[in-house]
Amino acid sequence: MNDSLNLLIGLAMGLNLLALGTSRLPVLIRAVGAQGVLLGLVPLVLEAHELDWRLVLITLATVAGKGFLIPGLLHRAMRTANIARELEPYIAYIPSLLLGAGATIAAVSLARHLPLLPEHAGTLHVPGAIALILTGFILLIGRTKAISQVCGYLILENGIYLAGLLLIRSTPILVEFGILLDVTVGIFVIGIIVDRIQRAFDSLDTRKLTALHE
Amino acid sequence: MNSMLLILIPVVGAALAAIWPDRRTRPLLLPAVGAAHFALCLWLMAAPAAVDPAAWLAFDPLARAILPGVSLLFLVCACYAASYLRLKEQGNRVFVAALLLVLGLLSAGHQARHLGILWIATEAVTLACVPLIHFTGTPRAFEATWKYLLVGGTGIALSLLGSICLGYASLHGGGSGDITFTALLAHGPSLSKTWVLTAWVLLLVGYGTKMGLAPMHTWKPDTYGESPGLVGALLAGGVTSVAFTAILRVKSVIDAAGEGAMADRSLLALGLFSTLTAALFLLRTRDFKRMLAYSSIEHMGILCIASSFGSAGVWAALFHVWSNGLTKGTLFLSAGNLQRAAGSASMDDARGMSKILPHNSRLFVAGMFAITACPPFGPFFSELLIVRTGLAGDHPWAIGLFLVCLLLAFFGLSHVVFAIVDGRPRLKKPDPAHIRETAGLVLPPLALLAASLWLGLFTPAILKDAWSAAVLQLFPLP
Repeated sequence: MNDSLNLLIGLAMGLNLLALGTSRLPVLIRAVGAQGVLLGLVPLVLEAHELDWRLVLITLATVAGKGFLIPGLLHRAMRTANIARELEPYIAYIPSLLLGAGATIAAVSLARHLPLLPEHAGTLHVPGAIALILTGFILLIGRTKAISQVCGYLILENGIYLAGLLLIRSTPILVEFGILLDVTVGIFVIGIIVDRIQRAFDSLDTRKLTALHE
Repeated sequence: MNSMLLILIPVVGAALAAIWPDRRTRPLLLPAVGAAHFALCLWLMAAPAAVDPAAWLAFDPLARAILPGVSLLFLVCACYAASYLRLKEQGNRVFVAALLLVLGLLSAGHQARHLGILWIATEAVTLACVPLIHFTGTPRAFEATWKYLLVGGTGIALSLLGSICLGYASLHGGGSGDITFTALLAHGPSLSKTWVLTAWVLLLVGYGTKMGLAPMHTWKPDTYGESPGLVGALLAGGVTSVAFTAILRVKSVIDAAGEGAMADRSLLALGLFSTLTAALFLLRTRDFKRMLAYSSIEHMGILCIASSFGSAGVWAALFHVWSNGLTKGTLFLSAGNLQRAAGSASMDDARGMSKILPHNSRLFVAGMFAITACPPFGPFFSELLIVRTGLAGDHPWAIGLFLVCLLLAFFGLSHVVFAIVDGRPRLKKPDPAHIRETAGLVLPPLALLAASLWLGLFTPAILKDAWSAAVLQLFPLP
C-alpha cells in the first residue's frame, strides 16, 4: 500500500514543480487538474482492504470535481479572457522553482519532527500535504494573473484535502461532501468574479486592481 | 428541532426569493423572514431546551448568548433593505436570496458543535456574501470582492487545516478523531500537545482572518468601503461574530488540553496588535466607510483582548459583541445614506452633510460617540467592564496600551465625522432621490442606536443570564 501511495503523492509533488516553473496557463491548469486526479485516487489506496460504495462515491466525486470540472471552468475563463501566458510574475519562474524545491525539502524535514501515527510515519502523506500547501502559497503570492492565483489556491486546497485524508477513518461522509461542495461552489463564484473583472477592467491582471489603498 | 428551524426558515425564504416573480414586492420577504427568525430566537431564549451533548447543531448556551443579537441586527437591516432596494433600478433577486441565505448560514455557524460543520457554515457564509459585496457593480466593488475572496478564502482554508490538525491531535492521543466539541473536550488532556498547538495557530490565523484581526485584516477596508451599508453592518456585526464564536469554542478545547495560558497570551498579543494597527490607520483615513472598517478591526481586537482575561473577560466580550454589533449597525446604515446623498464616501467630497441629511448626520455623530465608548451607550459599559477585568487580572500594561488606542481611535473617528457633517454643503452631482430622508431609511439606524442605549442603561437580566450560561459552557467548573 505504501509504495503506491508514495507513487501517487510523489507524482503530485512533481506537478508542483511543473506548476511553479511554467509561464503557460494551459500547462498550469492541466498540472492542477492532473494533481486533482492523482489525489482523488489516494482514498482508494488508503482503504484498499475495505472498499465500499461510500469510498467509491467520494473518489468519483473528487476526481470529477478536482480533475475535470474545475480545470474545465478555468480553461473556459482563460479562453474568454483571451490570455495564455503569465508574463510578469511578482516572483520569476526560476526563483519560484527554487522556492518550491526548498519548500519540499522543508516539508520532508518538518514531517520527520512531527509526532505521527505509525501508519503515517514512513510515507509521503504528511510531507506531501505540507509541500502542496507551501507551493499553493508561493503561487498565490508570486503571480499576477487572476487565473494563476486561482490555480495557486487550488493547489493549497489539494494540500489541505490530502491532510484531511489522515482522518479518513473518523470523519463522517457528510463533512467530506460538504467540503468538496464548498470548494466547487467557491470555484464557481471565483469563475464568475473572474469574468466580471475581465469585463470591468478589460484584463485579468490583478495589478490593475489597485484603486483601493490607504 | 427548533434550532434546525432557525436555519430552515431563512433557507426556505431564500429559495422563495429566488423564484418570486415580482421585483417590487420581493424585498418584503426580508423583514418577514427576519421577524420570524427573531421571534423564534426570543422564544428559544426564554425557554431554553436541554442540549443533546452529541448533537452537531444545537441552540446551546453560546449560541443563545450571541445569535439573538445577530438576528435583531438582521431584522433591522432587513427593514432598511426594503426601503434601500426601492431606490435601485437593478434586479434584486440574487441580492435578496443571498441575504436570506446569509442569515440561515449564520444561524448554522453559531449553533455548530462540530468543527467540520462550523467550517462549512463559515465558508458558505463567505461565498454567500460575494453577490452582496459587488451589488453596486462598480469596478472598485469587483476589486474589493476579489480581495475578499482571495484573502478570506486563504484564511478559511487555513482554519480547515487547523480543524484537521485538531482531529489528528485526538487520533494521536488515542481518541477516535471525532471532531465534535463534546468529544474533543472529553479527550482534553490526552490530546497530542504538538498537534493541539499547531491547530491553535492555524485556527486563530484562519478564523482571525474572517474576524479581520491585524495583520490578516487587509480585505476589510476595501470590502466595507465598497459594499452597500447594510451589507457592511451584517458583515461587521454578524459574520465576524461567527468567527469569534469559533475562536471561543476552539479555545475551550485548548484550555481542556492544558495549553490555555499560551492561548491567552496569543489572543492578548493579537488583540492588542489589531487595536493598535486600527487606531493608527484611523488617524489617517479620509474615507468614512473605510473608517468604519478600521473601527471594526479595532473592536475585533478588543474582543480578543477581553477573551484572554479568563471567564470574567469572556463575559465582558459577549456583552461587547452585542454592543459593538448594534452600534456598528447604526453607523453603517447612516453612512450608507450619507454616501448616496454625497455621491462619495471621501471627506474631500462630502461636506456639510448636516444641512443635506440632518437626521442621518445626527445619527452618525451619535453613533460615533457610542462606538468610541462615550456613556451612556452599550460600548461604554462593555469596555469599562473589560478594563476592570483586565486590572483585576493584573494586566496593567495591556490595559494602558488599550486605553491609549481607544483615545487615538476617538481622535481619528471624530476628525472624519465632524469633517463631513460640518461646513457648507458641496456636492458633486446632487440627486434628489437620494437626498430625501424617508422613514424607512432613518428609523432602522435609529432603532439600532436605541438598542445600544438600552443595552447600556438597562442590560436585560435574560441577556446577562445567557452570557453567564455561555461562560459556564466554555469554562466548565472542575
